[in-house]
Amino acid sequence: MIDFGFAPMEVSVHNMDTADLSLAHWINLHDETFNHCIACGSCAATCTAGQFTNFSFREVCHAIRRGEIKSAIDESEKCMLCGKCTLVCPRNVNTRNIIMLIRKANLTFRP
Amino acid sequence: MRYHPFTLPFSIGLGFIMLYIIVMWTIWIVRLSRREQKIVWKRLFSFRTISAIWESIREGLLHRNIFKRNVLLGYMHMSLAFGWFMLIVLGNLEARLYPHGVINPPYYPIFFEFFRHDLTPLHEYEEIFTFLMDFFLLMVISGVSLAFFKRFRSRTLGMKRTTRHILIDRIAITALWFIFPLRLFAESVTAGLYNTGHFFTNFIGQWVIYNLPLDYLYYPAWWAYSIALGVFFITMPFSRYMHIPAEILLIFLRKYGVKEKESHSTFTKIELSACSRCGICIDACQLSTSLNISDTQPAYFIRDLRYSQPNERLRETCMMCMRCLEACPVGIEITRIRENERREHPLFSASSYGYINGYKYPKAKVAYFAGCMGHLTPSVIKSTLALFDAANVDYTFIDKNGSICCGRPLQMNGQVEAAKQLIDKNNHLIGESGAEVLVTSCPICAREFATSYHLAIPVLHHSQFLLELTQQKRLNFNQSGLKVTYHDPCELSRGLHITSEPRELLQHAVILSNGSKETESKSLCCGGSLGITNISMAERNKIATDTLNEIVAESSSYLATACPMCRKTFANAQDKIKVLDIAEILEKNLNFAPEKVSEKNQSPIKQQAVIS
Repeated sequence: MIDFGFAPMEVSVHNMDTADLSLAHWINLHDETFNHCIACGSCAATCTAGQFTNFSFREVCHAIRRGEIKSAIDESEKCMLCGKCTLVCPRNVNTRNIIMLIRKANLTFRP
Repeated sequence: MRYHPFTLPFSIGLGFIMLYIIVMWTIWIVRLSRREQKIVWKRLFSFRTISAIWESIREGLLHRNIFKRNVLLGYMHMSLAFGWFMLIVLGNLEARLYPHGVINPPYYPIFFEFFRHDLTPLHEYEEIFTFLMDFFLLMVISGVSLAFFKRFRSRTLGMKRTTRHILIDRIAITALWFIFPLRLFAESVTAGLYNTGHFFTNFIGQWVIYNLPLDYLYYPAWWAYSIALGVFFITMPFSRYMHIPAEILLIFLRKYGVKEKESHSTFTKIELSACSRCGICIDACQLSTSLNISDTQPAYFIRDLRYSQPNERLRETCMMCMRCLEACPVGIEITRIRENERREHPLFSASSYGYINGYKYPKAKVAYFAGCMGHLTPSVIKSTLALFDAANVDYTFIDKNGSICCGRPLQMNGQVEAAKQLIDKNNHLIGESGAEVLVTSCPICAREFATSYHLAIPVLHHSQFLLELTQQKRLNFNQSGLKVTYHDPCELSRGLHITSEPRELLQHAVILSNGSKETESKSLCCGGSLGITNISMAERNKIATDTLNEIVAESSSYLATACPMCRKTFANAQDKIKVLDIAEILEKNLNFAPEKVSEKNQSPIKQQAVIS
């Protein structure tokens, strides 16, 4: 096939009935502030790691809520734990703790 | 008569504990690394040994560090340790001065009054020995009474909370508490019958318990005393009281230069055994005083690590603020041990930050590094740079376009492999920038640069650098007359021991007023700590407000701090007092002398430096 340099977009449909929400539930169990997030993106705006790569705590949380456990776990490793996001979060989400929980889940939840 | 079966419990106990101590000391010393053994041998016959002996007496017997904390608490520990020690020493002297010769079985001096009722052969020493033995017994009894009292009203002895002990500790402490009243009873019975005591035991024997059937109580009393001693000795190695022999070895090894390494070692084992679980760390910990989390402090963490493994909660619930380290009377490297324990649970891999590619810091002479937290408080950066400008410093703001985290937060959470990548990256980039001095306004970064980076250039916190500029008269300030309370950030005061520079600097522009003794090395944490992840923002704010209530003097207009993170945390938590970084306060009071201004405007050299 001729390579045009672009291709049709991958279908990205999430069926929430079949999504694997085990990680979301597990994180919620250990840190309920996970649920307080309003996806404002302040965390991503201040992120130290975000200056160098495409990393956003908001997106990681989003992925977990959609059941995309693998991508969330892989992404979470980019965090430097510097703690700026915790200080700017208007909803007081305990961001560093959630990152640590995701990293811990890496040992138990990895599909 | 030189033997009686009642001495058996004591003798068995003593034999066991002596053997145990010798075996444990040998194992510990043999298992030290080659290098450590070498330095111990090399320094064995030096002044360090004398100073270690002195420290053993000062801390092991007299408990000076606890005295400094609270006189009554110090007296309690001192009376038990020093009083008992003197009883043993004097008992031995007494038994050896007795004309029957100096060779005695070990139990003989302990139960001397049982074996010898007629002390007249001691001649002129009789009076003094019986007096001193009674005096020190009274001293120990007073200590035991205080210890007993402390169980119910610990506040009187300066402790809000005491350690909750496990079974083996309870058995050992009960045996210990029984030893001295039983000794008093046995000696008083003997004194009542044979007049062997002095002002204390004679008085009790002949005036208080004289109408008890002393003849019948004589043997049971000595049996009970011996059994209490035996039980204490048998439980000692498995309980908190192992700290007695372990602490002595610890003091010596520490003096010879042995210390904690990057991971647990044999020295850690000695340190763990040297913890007496006295509980002083519990009151020092703000998690306990502000949040009522009183079961994760070093006393418990070290206990669990000594017997098995501390659980995840115990390991992670600590702000790493080092207040316990400062308070510990034994001087155990608690924070280091906890960090090493966290290291055994890596969560980030060694290739997490491969994405930082092709990033560069600009060429610099004086490199200013704002750090992550600095970028979160742009006003701090602005003020710091304005001061640099005013002093005509040829600086470059190297992380203007984004800083790579220094690695300290990861390191505090035990993620060393991950931290190492950031350290290597930063190290390389700072080296490439050609900087001759690195200035940062973040104490967290400063600590990490100074301790983990092995940079060839000096690392200065902005307070140090600004003070230097002020001393060189490159900066002038107006004395505003405002009263300001200065808060010492943990990483700066306890981590880098920088406490006088920020104060000296501030005094050029404001008047310092402190409302608390909890300053400098004892300073309180703001609660924003990066060493802990499992407390909520509400809890952090509670710590911040408690800290402010404690330290801010009534008359203060501002709270000054030297850490952008503390500044942010304090500002977020309350709006009672305005929080400013020292650089901001100084910039407000900057005095541009006329000639200085013109000099500044005609400084083409600096302009060029910035452009290039």
